[in-house]
Amino acid sequence: MMKCKQATQLLSEKLDRPLSAKEKIHLAMHISMCGPCRQFGKQMEMIRDLSKSYSKTKESDDQ
Amino acid sequence: MTNANLAAELDNSAASLFEDTAFIEALRSQMLKFARLQVRDNQLAEDAVQEAMISAFQNIDRFARQAAFKTWVFSILKNKLIDQLRKEKRLTAASQLENGPNLNGDALIEHLFEANGHWQKDERPKKWDQPEHSVENQHFWRIFDACLDALPTKYARLFMMREFLEMDTPEICHNEEVSVSSLNVTLYRARLRLRECLEDHWFQKETS
Repeated sequence: MMKCKQATQLLSEKLDRPLSAKEKIHLAMHISMCGPCRQFGKQMEMIRDLSKSYSKTKESDDQ
Repeated sequence: MTNANLAAELDNSAASLFEDTAFIEALRSQMLKFARLQVRDNQLAEDAVQEAMISAFQNIDRFARQAAFKTWVFSILKNKLIDQLRKEKRLTAASQLENGPNLNGDALIEHLFEANGHWQKDERPKKWDQPEHSVENQHFWRIFDACLDALPTKYARLFMMREFLEMDTPEICHNEEVSVSSLNVTLYRARLRLRECLEDHWFQKETS
C-alpha cells in the first residue's frame, strides 16, 4: 500500500510529468482512502493556478 | 493617421501612463522584484526590466488601460528573462546552490511525515477555503510573496522557472544542470514548503 509520503510526491510530479498507469492506479487507491492527501492534491493544483495568476494580479496591487 | 494626430492620440491614452511617475515607479519596483527572484544578478535583472520597459514604450500605442498594460509589460519581462536564462551559461547553476536554512529537504519531510510514511497528525493538510476570494486580496499576495521569498534559492529558482516562466523540463534541466529526477524532487519539496507556509500564514488564520 502506498504511503502518504510517496503519494504526495506523485501528486506533485503529476504536474511535471505524465504518471505511469501503475502510478496512477496506486495513487488513485491511496487518494480514495486518505482525506489529507486528497486535500494535498487539490492544493498542489491551487498552487499552480495561484502562480499563474501571480504576475497578473500585480496589476491590481496599487490601484 | 498623421504624426501629429498620432501624438495627440497617445497623449490622451496610453503614453500618458509613462508620465505617471508614481505608477511607473511602482511598476518598475514590482518588475525588478520579480526579475531578481529569477535572475540573481542585480545588473542582469535591471537590464531585463529596462529592456522590457523600453519595449513597452515603443509599442505603447497598443495599450490604453493601466491594468492591461501591466499584464502586458510583465509578459514582456517574462520573455526577456527566459531569453536571458537561455543565453547565459549560468554563473551558478541551481545544481550548485545551497538548500539554505530552515527546514528543507529531508528535514522537512521528517517533520511532516511519520517514520511509517503517513502524515504527522498536526501536519495533515486542511481544507483551504475561498481561493477566489484570496486571489482578490492584496494581503494574500503579500503572504504569497513572503512564502516565495522564504524558499531556498534553489527551490525558488526552479519553482519559478516551472510555474511562472512555464519552461519545460528538458529546458530547465539543461539550463540548470540538474537531472529530471532531481528537478522533480526539488519541485516537490518547493511545493511542500510553499503549501506549508500558505496554510500556516493564510488559510488557517482565515478560518480560525
